[in-house]
Amino acid sequence: MAIVTHDADEYVAPAAIPEMELYHPKTWLGRYVFSQDAKVIAIQYACTAIAIGLVALVMSLLIRVQLGWPGAFDFIDPSAYIQLVTMHGMIMVVYLLTALFLGGFGNYLIPLMVGARDMVFPYLNMLSFWVYFIAVLVLVASFFVPGGSSGAGWTLYPPQAILPGTPGSDGGIILMLVSLALFIVGFTMGGLNYVVTVLQARTRGMTLMRMPLTIWGIFMATVLALLAFPALFVSAIMMLLDKIIGTSFFMPAIISMGEQLDYSGGSPILFQHLFWFFGHPEVYIVALPAFGIVSDLLSIHARKNIFGYRMMVWAIIIIGALSFIVWAHHMYVSGMNPYFGFFFATTTLIIAVPTAIKVYNWVLTLWRGNIRLNVPMLFAIGFIFTFVNGGLTGLFLGNVTIDLPLSDTMFVVAHFHMVMAVSPVLVVFGAIYHWYPKMTGRMLDDTLGKFHFWVTFLGTYAIYYPMHYLGFLGVPRRYYALEGTNFIPESAASLNEFISIAAIVVGAVQLVFIYNLFISYYRGKEAGDNPWEATTLEWQTADTPPQHGNFGEQLPLVYRWAYDYGVPGATQDYIPQNVPPSKASSGVDNAE
Amino acid sequence: MSYEAAVDEAGRPIKIVEGLPGVVADWSSDQQAFKRVPWGKAMMWIFLLSDTFIFSIFLTSYMTVRSSTVVPWPNSSEVFALTLFGHHIPLILIAIMTFILISSSGTMAMAVKFGYEKKRKITTFLMLLTALFGASFVGMQVFEWSKLILEEGVRPWGNPMGAAQFGATFFMITGFHGFHVSVGVILLLIVARKVWTGDLENMRPGFFTGRRGGYEIVEIVGLYWHFVDLVWVFIFAFFYLW
Repeated sequence: MAIVTHDADEYVAPAAIPEMELYHPKTWLGRYVFSQDAKVIAIQYACTAIAIGLVALVMSLLIRVQLGWPGAFDFIDPSAYIQLVTMHGMIMVVYLLTALFLGGFGNYLIPLMVGARDMVFPYLNMLSFWVYFIAVLVLVASFFVPGGSSGAGWTLYPPQAILPGTPGSDGGIILMLVSLALFIVGFTMGGLNYVVTVLQARTRGMTLMRMPLTIWGIFMATVLALLAFPALFVSAIMMLLDKIIGTSFFMPAIISMGEQLDYSGGSPILFQHLFWFFGHPEVYIVALPAFGIVSDLLSIHARKNIFGYRMMVWAIIIIGALSFIVWAHHMYVSGMNPYFGFFFATTTLIIAVPTAIKVYNWVLTLWRGNIRLNVPMLFAIGFIFTFVNGGLTGLFLGNVTIDLPLSDTMFVVAHFHMVMAVSPVLVVFGAIYHWYPKMTGRMLDDTLGKFHFWVTFLGTYAIYYPMHYLGFLGVPRRYYALEGTNFIPESAASLNEFISIAAIVVGAVQLVFIYNLFISYYRGKEAGDNPWEATTLEWQTADTPPQHGNFGEQLPLVYRWAYDYGVPGATQDYIPQNVPPSKASSGVDNAE
Repeated sequence: MSYEAAVDEAGRPIKIVEGLPGVVADWSSDQQAFKRVPWGKAMMWIFLLSDTFIFSIFLTSYMTVRSSTVVPWPNSSEVFALTLFGHHIPLILIAIMTFILISSSGTMAMAVKFGYEKKRKITTFLMLLTALFGASFVGMQVFEWSKLILEEGVRPWGNPMGAAQFGATFFMITGFHGFHVSVGVILLLIVARKVWTGDLENMRPGFFTGRRGGYEIVEIVGLYWHFVDLVWVFIFAFFYLW
């Protein structure tokens, strides 16, 4: 077998892109606060997202306390409960996961992994973060307005979202919608950067088919976001108009508390269509970066090339394209035409094909690999389990006839938490353990990391496995407390209690992770440039953490794909992407 | 920043492939998927794609509420008619507005051409003319809005002629488009100033971004301007002719 070089000779095309002129800040403020360096912006994004994510985590624990021990806390009344549910969902999906994967990992990894000095529009990139930051502040402000934050459920369905009687229907919903619109504006600035950097600013030798799958996942997710967020943006504007000046886009003629309102002739179903035209691609905006990152983690820590690289790339692209024509599977119970449901059930199940290809390829990457059970690898393998679990229940819910009885039960909660909450979050953890050494120059503590993994992984199963069963029993979601539900056995309450205990344990263990992040920054083991012996460009930088401009004097030249692990005849068990073919082999046998 | 070299620095000829195989070759190559396309231009195209989705969703929502309302929709020929010199002419204002905006695309296209030829005076003139056309379009829109609001009594939440959604969708969509035109006018003025002062030839760094741009930024503004015109064609067709 010959060495995989992907090039007949060592010829590398000349630079078609002029060297980038970097902005060098002179003040502390310009360097660390209003920084135009993608790496600093990435860390700003990540810290903001994690901070607001912790707020949402505490909210989820309060929800669980109410479900496990109804009425235990006085301040959780029915209004507060549904407000917690709403804000928990919205923060986790949009302000944590989307911002962390694209704003955080996207900003840090794209320029480094494609071999660019920085994002192509650093100033716009800085604006992107600050607009996101303001969006978060506006969202936080909604907790403190009279009436509190919105309690419309994270889907914000009208008419109830803006009618009196729903908690937070005054200031809360307005600030929520404004915050979402701001988020989208900020994201668009960043998203244009990510897409153009990947398409137009790669280093010499870096073809699209040599890019690490991490970049493919983030790239495709960004494309989805740029095309899906407009739907949310427009619906946010229309709902704001409905709320503030009394138009009737989404509001039918309606009697509220015995009074005929001024609304007439609007279509609430229109909002559902628009919301889910955004909402379903949003699932993949969160999932695709996770897919990409996990592919790289598995390959690096199994010391084996990713199985079926091309197939993985095409699967990402196909999943992205299909995600735009499945949205109405969230609306089976909205009373739509059965043929409509048939169409959307079919497209939904077709998505299972490229997704299954990816899962098989991950497993085949592990097969006969030289697996190193480092902490990132544990999280990556954990992801495969939780993702397969969540994916299988997706097959249930994707079918109209099975979805109808399960709709709005705890089964749905279990499904989407398994597939788009726990799975991506496990990848986030894995990715942080993996790239923290590059960001700080120090390793995260291994023992704490393993403890964190096992409690989180087993804990999430303890939380969500019983929840499927509760769903089958018919326990509805978003209910403050159950009463007069004789068809639900008493034991459901004990199960809820068990789930809540598990949730509190898992929540508490995240403090260990945060502690680890802080303590390792000062006391962690020195990482060196390439602690995981990885091939991708970010590990080949001259400095760790990389300096402004990423690569020092000269941009790296890329001679190979990102997955040359365990190549027969090579001097090491990995060949970095920037090593030319002549230096890669031991010289014993090159042309076998 | 020259992309003209047919040979590389090692003296090897650069292979240029035409047609569909050329597209495949470009996308399989390193560095750039769109060869010789500046970053800013690529960004503008992708932004416009995203913006297309925004306007499509606006128009789709408009069509949905219009076809689902049970109240009759106001007759647009009547609503948008003007009495000029004693003649009652339907859609006359919109016809003039549309004519002006489409003409401004022509002057913009010429500005791009003369920009790349580095004829600063004529480029500046054409860009200012484009901006003037754009500003007069917005001005006429203000006139149209005030007539509707003050004389016809159309409000976002209702109107005397028919379905309440008429005013809501009209003000929202033409307002959003008018906002786009206004932003375009401001961009045109900024870039026209850069052309006039010669900043594009001296490669003077931008005030905010510190970035040095060449005459491609005239084309980038032009892309945006043509897009805003194109969107108007659809709004015109769906709003005034339906």
